[in-house]
This record gives sequence, structure tokens and C-alpha cells, in this order.
Amino acid sequence: MALSNVLETPLSGFNFDNAARNAALEGLYDGGQTPKPMKTGTTIAGVVFKDGVVLGADTRATSGEVVADKMCSKIHYIAPNIYCCGAGTAADTEKTTELLSSNLTIFSQTSGRNPRLVMAVNILQDMLYRYHGQIGASLILGGVDCTGNHLYTVGPYGSVNKMPYLAMGSGDLAALGILEDRYQQDMELDTAKELVRVAIHAGIMNDLASGNNIDICVITREGVDYIRPYQESEYKDSRNMKYRYRPGTTPVLTEKVVPLKLEVVQESVQQMETV
Amino acid sequence: MLSSQSYQDPGKMKDYHYSGPVEHRFSPYSFNGGTVLAVAGEDFAIVASDTRLSEGYSIHSRDSPKCYKLTDTTVIGCSGFHGDCLTLTKIIDARLKMYKHSNNKTMTSNAIAAMLSTILYGRRFFPYYVYNIIGGLDEHGKGAVYSFDPVGSYQRDTYKAGGSASAMLQPLLDNQIGFKNMEGVQHVPLTQERAVQLVKDVFISAAERDVYTGDALRLCIITKEGINEQTIPLRKD
Repeated sequence: MALSNVLETPLSGFNFDNAARNAALEGLYDGGQTPKPMKTGTTIAGVVFKDGVVLGADTRATSGEVVADKMCSKIHYIAPNIYCCGAGTAADTEKTTELLSSNLTIFSQTSGRNPRLVMAVNILQDMLYRYHGQIGASLILGGVDCTGNHLYTVGPYGSVNKMPYLAMGSGDLAALGILEDRYQQDMELDTAKELVRVAIHAGIMNDLASGNNIDICVITREGVDYIRPYQESEYKDSRNMKYRYRPGTTPVLTEKVVPLKLEVVQESVQQMETV
Repeated sequence: MLSSQSYQDPGKMKDYHYSGPVEHRFSPYSFNGGTVLAVAGEDFAIVASDTRLSEGYSIHSRDSPKCYKLTDTTVIGCSGFHGDCLTLTKIIDARLKMYKHSNNKTMTSNAIAAMLSTILYGRRFFPYYVYNIIGGLDEHGKGAVYSFDPVGSYQRDTYKAGGSASAMLQPLLDNQIGFKNMEGVQHVPLTQERAVQLVKDVFISAAERDVYTGDALRLCIITKEGINEQTIPLRKD
């Protein structure tokens, strides 16, 4: 019963429950602007090194051309040994990874085993393919399990790739340029962290939808080192003047006071124990 | 093979499914981003713009200012489609020369504004995709700002923001320069130093939240002594 969500595929292979509703909603906004979903417009990257996996991401979330969140978290927890970077629609990456994490927790508690990366990848692939691309989540999964250090990417339509280095998001080509040039097999930890940092930095500088700080997550057999932020943006907000408003600056047009009629029904005093 | 994850709207994903014949049109316009701002004071005017030229999510140039000097007392800021900005400024320069040769005097700011309005309306049915703001000194030496829409409607203002971050900057200027939505505040006339500080702060804020604004800020301060240009760095990410 607890495993049903993990193993069972819904009877109708494709789930388009909301597709008709969405099309109708778009018709309502005909001519005007449909509300834009918040996207992470992102640069995410991952690299396999000698002792594990390093994942990296920028921290900017955009809503159209406006920066909605300057410090958003794109590296999501899946399991103690598995983390996932998400690019695409922010809500989709958040909820998909949460769902995956819940299902894997249920699995590891009922079976008594640590989850493996291939399981996470299969569950994601199955779910995203079922939704036929309507869930806009491009994910990079990295982790260390009993079979070794792995890095996978799952696309919004359900495609899967297993590679020693990966980048996704709108800044993927900038990051990939760095990774293709400098990646080597069996790197040391510091080299791997530096490589991911430089790759994300390239995405931040060259892609308008990526920016602000860099987060890094190092996963090894020993444990996880989630460094947020690994590198703060060198462009700190530095305004010259102070913009303060004296109390009373906003004009009060009308005032209505409604006193609450309260009746004391019962009074009890409990002393706090303070040392 | 890396699967091509082209980053796009989930709503547009239905384009991948065959839904019947679709007409593809070549669009003659492209949006190159950028923000311009002009402020008029008692005896000065400031025209400022960022220097980033972008297209889609990429950057073409980090050093492409959008302020163009027209005369010793007038600067124009143009943002929108860069191709039209370049052509429009060339046309304005040519017209300025023609006026100088026939009338033996330099065009005044308000004359340039009126002329620009007719130039833009001349292309009413295939507009120049440019948001213009002219800043300068009028015949009495007072600061003047003229703001335009792409087809030539214009008016004289005290301050105006145009371009991609205009919706973010205009309310702040309304509050700080126009003293709107405030009560009991002394209406101090705008000094040049405060105006320059305000313009710098306002662009720093715009660069935080607008992806098309950043890299550097080019400030042109117009006084009767001449035009003073400053460049201040902004966020590059």
C-alpha cells in the first residue's frame, strides 16, 4: 500500500487532467498576457570526481524579464546520498523533487535499503514521460550509492542521459563550454569544485536569466557538504543614499476603529519555571 | 548525445505536436533591451542609459551606450530595437545639419523634439521600434525633458524613464522627484548632486531586478558649460 505510488502506473498511460483546463484558461486571457510561471532560467552543472559527485547551481529565479528571487535554492534534497539540481519552471522542479524524495523515503523505510540513483532516475523518467512534457522540469541528479558515483540528467519529456559531466538550463551552453574544455577523469575534490564554480560562473556572466550567487553540493561516501552560497556575487547592492520615510508620510484618508467586545469567561494562571 | 533541452515556456510545448499548417513570419523587429532615463533640473539636465545590448537571453555587447549627443545642449536616449536606434539617430543628425545650413543656427531642444515627432509619425505604419527621450536645455537655459512613444506622441516632462526597466524606475522617480504619494514633505528643488546620486541609485536597483539592464551606466550631464560624461559600473550578471 505504501509502495503503490512508487510502483503503480495510472491506468490511462498519459495523464492530461489539467490540459483542457489550461487551454481554456489561455482562451480567457485572449489578447492579454497569461500570467508567466516563475522559471528558474538557470545554469546548473554536475561533475563526477574521484570520491563522489559535485553539483552546482546559480541562485536567480526569473518571472519573464524580472528577477523574482535573488537567492533561490536550486539544489534539492532527494535522499541522504542523492541531491538534484532543477531547471525550468520553479514550481515543477520543486514539487517533482519533493514527490521523488517522499517516495524514496517510503521505499528505504519499507525495504531497509538506501535508495540508488537508478531508482530515482526511473521514477522521474516515468512520471515526466507520462505528463508528456507538460511538467517543465529539467533535472540533474547526482549521488553516491553502493554501486558507485553517478550523475544523470532527466529532461521534461522524460529523456535520460548518464554522463560524467552535465549542464542544463538556459546557461547550459556557456557552462558546457567550460566543462568540455577542462573536465578530466578522477579529479581531486578541490579541482572538481573549482571546475563547477567556473562553469556556473560562465553561465552567470553570459546568460541573462542566470545570476547572483553560486551554490555547491559535494556528495561523497562519507557524507554531503551543502555549501550555500559557495561564492557570493561580486556585485553587491550598493546604493549611495538612504531612502527613509518619516512616520506620517503616507496620508491617512479615513480611519475606522472597531473595538472587539470580549467577555472574560475563565482565567487560569500557569507559572513558568525559570531557573 | 546531449538531448536538446531548449529552454522554453511549457505553454509552447504544444508546438512540437502537429496541429495543422502553421504560418511562420519573418519579424522585422527584435528587442535589444536597455533602459534610458532623463531628469530636468533648474539649470541642468541629465540623460542616462545602461550600456548592455542583449538579444533573447544573450549579450551582444557590454559597452553599447544608448545616449547620443545631438548638439551642445541636447542629448537623446534611444532604446528598443538597436537597428532602428542607429538609423533614427543618423537621420536626426542629417536633419540637424540641414537645418544648420539653411537657417544658420543650431536647433533648439524643443525644435528637435517637434521634428522627431514628425519623423516618427512619418513611419506610422511601419514604426521605428524605439523609445526616445530627449534631454537638454531650452532657450532660457532651464532643463527640459521630452519623452516619446514609438510613433511620435510626445510631451515635455520633468523626468521620464523609458526602455525595459521603465516600469520599475518611473514610480521611484515619481516619489523622489515629484514627491507623489507623500504628505508633509518639503518640496526641495532638485540639485544637480542629488539628481546624479538618485540616477545612479535608481539604475543600481534596476540592474538588480531587470535582466536586460546592467554592465555599466553612462551619464550625460548637460549644463551651460557643456556636456559632462560619466561611466559607472553596474552588475554584469
